[in-house]
Amino acid sequence: MYEYDWSSIPGALPYLWEGMKVSLEITFVAIVAGIVWGTLLAMMRLSNLGPLSWFAAGYVNLFRSVPLVMVLLWFFLIVPQFLRAVLGLDPTTDTRLASAMVGFALFEAAYYSEIIRAGIQSVPKGQVAAAYALGMTYGQAMRLVILPQAFRNMVPLLLTQAIILFQDTSLVYVSALADFFGAAYKVGERDGRLVELLLFAGAVYFVICYSASYVVKRLHQGNGS
Amino acid sequence: MISIKNVSKWYGAFQVLKDCSTEIQKGEVVVVCGPSGSGKSTLIKCVNALEPFQQGDIVVNGISVADAKTNLPRLRARVGMVFQHFELFPHMTITENLTIAQTKVLGRSKEEATQKGLKLLDRVGLKAHADKYPGQLSGGQQQRVAIARALSMDPICMLFDEPTSALDPEMINEVLDVMVELAHEGMTMMVVTHEMGFARKVAHRVIFMDQGRIVEDAKKEEFFGTPRSERAQLFLSKILHH
Ligand SMILES: Nc1ncnc2c1ncn2[C@@H]1O[C@H](COP(=O)(O)OP(=O)(O)OP(=O)(O)O)[C@@H](O)[C@H]1O
Ligand SMILES: [Mg+2]
Repeated sequence: MYEYDWSSIPGALPYLWEGMKVSLEITFVAIVAGIVWGTLLAMMRLSNLGPLSWFAAGYVNLFRSVPLVMVLLWFFLIVPQFLRAVLGLDPTTDTRLASAMVGFALFEAAYYSEIIRAGIQSVPKGQVAAAYALGMTYGQAMRLVILPQAFRNMVPLLLTQAIILFQDTSLVYVSALADFFGAAYKVGERDGRLVELLLFAGAVYFVICYSASYVVKRLHQGNGS
Repeated sequence: MISIKNVSKWYGAFQVLKDCSTEIQKGEVVVVCGPSGSGKSTLIKCVNALEPFQQGDIVVNGISVADAKTNLPRLRARVGMVFQHFELFPHMTITENLTIAQTKVLGRSKEEATQKGLKLLDRVGLKAHADKYPGQLSGGQQQRVAIARALSMDPICMLFDEPTSALDPEMINEVLDVMVELAHEGMTMMVVTHEMGFARKVAHRVIFMDQGRIVEDAKKEEFFGTPRSERAQLFLSKILHH
């Protein structure tokens, strides 16, 4: 019978917290950049301009058909070289965090754009007509009338996607970047207590994600929708 | 003020508008009626280019709607439009609904826009509701706000697409009263409606449409006296007996 020994966890907490900060940072950047880029993609997809619409459709289909872990690996390989070439960075500069952020943001944008596209389409056509009839341009109608209503309808879906994203950040372990999961793994290996550390990390992910989903559900019911 | 010249429009192979022509003079009130699906909404939406059309031209206050060089947002800013389902912006208060286009489209200051908006709100009898959201008002109240919103842009003419047909019967008159008052003030109006009482009271002309064609275009007295087409007679006898 395996003897559980949790004693290495308390001392490792500060290190694990550093890892958690990395996870949250990646999540936050990917949400913000993903929503901005996803909104642009959704608007391109819905536009009447063929090439823009095809580009957006191709982009979304590509990223939705490739495993996330592969996208991340590409970015760990490509982004550092790119940054070095463009910014003239020192080859020893650690660009893993930046690569992870770029990879996640581009990947999540594909998912966000589909949510946002559905949100834009959920706003009644008459609202667009009313905005135009008041003399608004396409940009004003989008910014002042359509997107605020679309985002209001989409909040629960966007938050749910953010929770999935937070879990997926653990995939950055492929680059040996010490996010929360990576940090737990390292501590476990160092102390020969991998099972305990992974159970602990799993429990932490569960508590955070479960509470967040619960809040989202309450928000959703509170909206009466 | 509005001249519609040989306008034809197709949805794919289906022709919605067939060679429609008419003129609306400054200060004139023209009622457009006809059976469902005859193209009334489509025609009125062509006037401010909310719908494109393939043939003919519409000239509003000297500006061609079909001309690719026309600045459509600028043209629309001066043509008021009221919709069947009000289309107030649900995420904004009544005051914001009344000021947003004034500030963002016309570039008026916030104070000026608010002052103007509240004055118009008072005029349609809803001053007490300035800080509410559209969802908190009845249909008739929302439609009056929608009219005030269109007026806040100082329009040169007003288009109405069945402004009362989505309302409960007891709310129709409060909206029609506002429209009658506007007509008496000399506003140029093109009104799609089946409210023949309104037409008799303030219209100068009545246009009857059927299957995408303007079948009758006559002075009110002539139209209600002896419509020439059988379709119009039948249509009138149907709605007047309701
Ligand atoms: N986007 C569209 N695509 C295809 N057909 C359309 C479209 N919009 C309207 N139509 C058709 O065009 C015709 C005219 O429609 P329109 O809405 O102008 O009629 P209407 O006279 O306003 O009718 P109602 O009294 O029901 O409002 C109808 O047969 C309608 O089905
Ligand atoms: Mg109609």
